[in-house]
Amino acid sequence: MRLNPKKEQLIARAVLWAFTLFTVFILVFIILYVLKKGLPVLNSSFLTKNPENMGKAGGIFSPIIGTLALTSMAILIATPFGIGTAIFLTEYTAEGRLTRIIRFGSECLAGIPSIIFGLFGFILFVTKLGFGWSILSGGLTLAFMILPTIIRTGEEALRSVPQSFREVSFSMGGTKWQTVTRVVLPSALPGIATGVILSVGRSIGETAAVIFTAGSALRLPTSLFSSSRTMSVHFYILAREGISMPNAYGTAAVLIIAILAINFAAYYLMNRFIKRYS
Amino acid sequence: MAVVRAKGFSHYFGATQTLNKISIEINEGEILGIIGPAGSGKSTFLRALNRLNDLVPGSRVEGLLEVQGRDIYAPETSVVELRRKLGMVFATPVPLPRSIYENIAFGARLAGVRNKQQLDDLVEDSLVKTALWEEVKDRLEQSATKLSGGQQQRLCLARILALQPDFILLDEPSSGLDPVSTMKIEESLRQLKKDYTIVLVTNNTKQAARVTDRTAFFLTGELVEVGETGAMFTAPSDSRTNDYISGRFG
Repeated sequence: MRLNPKKEQLIARAVLWAFTLFTVFILVFIILYVLKKGLPVLNSSFLTKNPENMGKAGGIFSPIIGTLALTSMAILIATPFGIGTAIFLTEYTAEGRLTRIIRFGSECLAGIPSIIFGLFGFILFVTKLGFGWSILSGGLTLAFMILPTIIRTGEEALRSVPQSFREVSFSMGGTKWQTVTRVVLPSALPGIATGVILSVGRSIGETAAVIFTAGSALRLPTSLFSSSRTMSVHFYILAREGISMPNAYGTAAVLIIAILAINFAAYYLMNRFIKRYS
Repeated sequence: MAVVRAKGFSHYFGATQTLNKISIEINEGEILGIIGPAGSGKSTFLRALNRLNDLVPGSRVEGLLEVQGRDIYAPETSVVELRRKLGMVFATPVPLPRSIYENIAFGARLAGVRNKQQLDDLVEDSLVKTALWEEVKDRLEQSATKLSGGQQQRLCLARILALQPDFILLDEPSSGLDPVSTMKIEESLRQLKKDYTIVLVTNNTKQAARVTDRTAFFLTGELVEVGETGAMFTAPSDSRTNDYISGRFG
């Protein structure tokens, strides 16, 4: 039996609306809940003072610095490698056995739980290579973890650049490298940037891989070989060991605000870029 | 004088033969039209001239294809230089997503020209030659993708002229354009004939009759006949040509 088309439309609309509303509600609920619990402890000294007494008192300055250091290191390492791989796979090799194997490998890498990356980083960087619990070990581990995302989104972005753009560049005497850097990459940049932004979010939020490799020192890091805790790890320890729930929520609030701010800034920049190039 | 000479030239995509022993000469300063139904190999032949077929994996050639006396499939050929000499306009206008100015200057920038004055002159000169200058001179910084279809195609032609090529290859340049835009492109071609050798692939036989000096008729990868356009359209020597231009098939 077939429904009356008008009724069908009405029901579809109502159901889809409900799903969307539910999703948005959960998102808004989480953000508001964390902000409500966390905002009261936020003030300038919370952001600028180091934790005291295991985090019971004081602020979260050193975890903020630790997060920044680890995330930037991971992004700085993974972005060139990831984009390079994506360019190689889409522009420099014909689709075949080799590309399928590489792609399969990178997809498997994407499916590995982060705690396994943590274990791997611990064994390789912390003990075998002797970097110890450090920003270096943590950054390298995070870089491995986000690499598949950057490769995957990069590849898709490059693939979505119309073939005709490449033809124009080649037909005007462009070399392969010129075609890639002057025509393909600028057109693919918004897509590539999306992958990098997603990866920034994942790095900031990552706990398991970091706890194994960067440790959880509360001191302000002074070099790449210093151990440091990130905000996520700080939050985990404060909450897990019942040290201070208010400070844990304060940390969570800062985390959420930071991630939102990064997303807004990135999309703003991207829109300006797209306007210039189209 | 013949500036392009094909002798028993064949082309394959993998196991599929797309051109079968083509032998043809193209003279300096003429407009050669290539007509034929879809799949006749006319675009493949055009793309063989600037080696754009090389982009497709499995592309392979046999026989001889000379441009200005040099075998362009010889190993020592510089493909980059060859392509700058044979500018190509595609069926659908493909403005790159950047400003009008940057589209025209693109080829010069690829070749490493940085001098602003030189680029400015090149852009103006190319736009004047395609009768686009008056329409766009006040908005050169605007995105080229915002131009109308006809303007975009003339922009693509201007972009090619900025390469200062010897040949202009056109692959059905007006297949997506309205009659007025088509007329403007054809007018430009007549003007450009003075300085360039032009090869025009078209599936519009009337267009071939209007603008070309000589016409070649391709069918299933073979060159059926080539001759003076006037003679070919009044008294073709092959009955298949007659069937095609009188609209009996294709």
